[in-house]
Amino acid sequence: MNDTMRTTMLFAGVALLIAYVGFAQSWNSALLIIAMGLISSVMALGVNLQWGFAGLFNVGIMGFVALGGLAAVLIGMPPTEGAFSAGGWGVLSALILGAGTIFAAIFAVKKMTSGWLRTMTVIAILVAGFFIFRAILDPAVERIEVINPAQTGYLGGLGWPVLLAWPVGGLFAAGAAWIIGKTALGLRSDYLAIATLGIAEIIIAVLKNEDWLTRGVKNVIGVPRPVPYEIDLQNDPAFVERAANLGFTPVEASTLWVKVLYILLFGAVLLILLWMAQRALHSPWGRMLRAIRDNEVAAEAMGKDVTARHLQVFVLGSAICGIAGAMMTTMDSQLTPGTYQPLRFTFLVWVMVIVGGSGNNLGSVLGGFLIWFLWVQVEPMGLWLMNLITSGMAEGSALKDHLIDSAAHMRLLTMGLVLLLVLRFSPRGLIPEK
Amino acid sequence: MDFLNAIVAFANFVFIPGVAYGSQLALGALGVTLVYGILRFSNFAHGDTMAMGAMSAVLLTWLFQSWGISFGPLPTALLTLPFAIGFTILLLLGTDRAVYKFYRTKKAKPVILVIVSLGITFIYNGLTRFIIGADDQNFLDGERFIIRARDFKEMTGLREGLAFKTTQGITIVTAVIVVILLFWFLNKTRSGKSMRAYSDNEDLALLSGINPERVVMITWMIVAGLATIAGVLYGLDKSFKPFTYFQLLLPIFASAIVGGLGNPIGAIAGGFVIAFSEVTITYAWKKVLVYLMPDNLEPSGLVQLLSTDYKFAVSFVILLIVLLVKPTGLFKGQAV
Repeated sequence: MNDTMRTTMLFAGVALLIAYVGFAQSWNSALLIIAMGLISSVMALGVNLQWGFAGLFNVGIMGFVALGGLAAVLIGMPPTEGAFSAGGWGVLSALILGAGTIFAAIFAVKKMTSGWLRTMTVIAILVAGFFIFRAILDPAVERIEVINPAQTGYLGGLGWPVLLAWPVGGLFAAGAAWIIGKTALGLRSDYLAIATLGIAEIIIAVLKNEDWLTRGVKNVIGVPRPVPYEIDLQNDPAFVERAANLGFTPVEASTLWVKVLYILLFGAVLLILLWMAQRALHSPWGRMLRAIRDNEVAAEAMGKDVTARHLQVFVLGSAICGIAGAMMTTMDSQLTPGTYQPLRFTFLVWVMVIVGGSGNNLGSVLGGFLIWFLWVQVEPMGLWLMNLITSGMAEGSALKDHLIDSAAHMRLLTMGLVLLLVLRFSPRGLIPEK
Repeated sequence: MDFLNAIVAFANFVFIPGVAYGSQLALGALGVTLVYGILRFSNFAHGDTMAMGAMSAVLLTWLFQSWGISFGPLPTALLTLPFAIGFTILLLLGTDRAVYKFYRTKKAKPVILVIVSLGITFIYNGLTRFIIGADDQNFLDGERFIIRARDFKEMTGLREGLAFKTTQGITIVTAVIVVILLFWFLNKTRSGKSMRAYSDNEDLALLSGINPERVVMITWMIVAGLATIAGVLYGLDKSFKPFTYFQLLLPIFASAIVGGLGNPIGAIAGGFVIAFSEVTITYAWKKVLVYLMPDNLEPSGLVQLLSTDYKFAVSFVILLIVLLVKPTGLFKGQAV
């Protein structure tokens, strides 16, 4: 069997699995798996760019995804009445001042000769800058947060079409990635892992605590959609008639149709990114990256700028994760900072890339669909397994109850096992790199 | 008198919690740094190893309590420590056998081992939640305080009280004993010396007849001990919750890197640097400043530099600064 056959068979297999969900459970869940599978595939493409092409280990995917979600809020939500005039300028000038402080410190480090005088100057700039920053920011934030705190209490967004948020989400993630890459790349590979782990935690902490920006744990709900609302479709006589002709009830037809529209949008994004990734893989640039990955010293001796290429590919890969994050928040129509878990947004994407086949873009797409399918289905399967194991036990025994209650935690275990088994027995993944 | 009050407030809210937290971080960072020195990868599973160790101590504590065994004024958890450490040793040696050994013999790149350790992290995390659940568990018993705030006020007549929790005392004493034992082991015993030799120069150590598998085994056993003790102390002092141990990874790694990865003294120093930065930056200084400033200059706000929600940001920023300025850490570590 040649490679193309094998790839086709694998994709057909995943399609069958999803079709099975459609027939056995409901087409709504099947379409939802496809939509989330598309988003997961986009994330996996981004990580594959970093890991598969360049061998960079990014454990902060969650943070970049969350930044994409923030973009969806800042672009899509309508601005809060009066919030900007109350505190917007204060917040903006505080942020600019904060950035200016950091630039001034960097400037001082670069321009002055090293010694205690430079150290003192840098510390003085940073401390003074921090206090002025807080002095401007705090009152502005207070003024924003008192505006109707039950419903808004935050700046709101720009009220632009939410589709614009997708590239903007990519830009946000790219900016964060640039800062991390600039510090941690060029050092040992482990340092990038730890730095990305840190930035992800901090981005989530900011989203959870800066109520003026994201309403914090009060969540932003009702982010405008790029597709029609189900309720509007149900009230549209033409749509109801078409649905009836196909044998659907209006409710069923509208939920399915909305999901199909999302799938078309996400599919378009995935196809564009996949095409670009494939072109990159087969370009001189892609070959150079793989040369660097396989032998850094040799590539450097050939005159390749290893750190600069790493920075480039790290920023690009993170930007793709940001786009995926914006897409996800758009589909959920809400930003809930409390739900960002490293397991779900960092680790799962890693499993997708490695199971699919690191270094192979089609592999990442396959991994995205397959692992997302497993992720959704492991919980019912775990419950079923636990029911099977405990079927012999006495009704109401403590152990039985405990095991059934704990079935929800099976996901962590299963995903960890899947990763370890694939790494051990099939390290090149389902669709290996050529 | 005001000056004394300020010192007591400082000791109560900053110094003692800082020392206790610093000791916990130092023990955690020692484990990370030993794995890095000997096995040469950053062990992301360390936080969840701590969780597994602490969990076994929690379960054993409940068992002991049900048997009516207690440790007088001290927490029962201390009695269970040897058994919990034994369990963690078995766990880590088993993991090494089943997982890490394969990659070690293959001489896989360190980054592969890091990914593998991430997989282990989630298996441990899943097991912990599977066995004990994801919620808070309280397993502290015995006397709560060594010095109560009220008693201290009556004793000294100061306005500020000084509370010294038993868990803080135990943490500090245990950490000192463990560190002394560890350094005695590394510097005086044959096995410890072979570990340091292996860490400094692998090839040379192999040439002089050191058995690498034995060194690795001893390392995992020590790491298991350190992780369990750190996990139990943290759990007693704060509370046991599986997810917090994963979040502890960041300050622990920051401590190890700030001190210099692979350097045990650095790990201890790094632990205290990170702990005190976190505590001083997120503490509301008003309480101390009220006593020191003249009345008309009294601060109106809380004088809190950052809210406690950002304590991770503190360790992260310190980590970034160290990576930018001195990637080998304060004490010379191995990695660049």
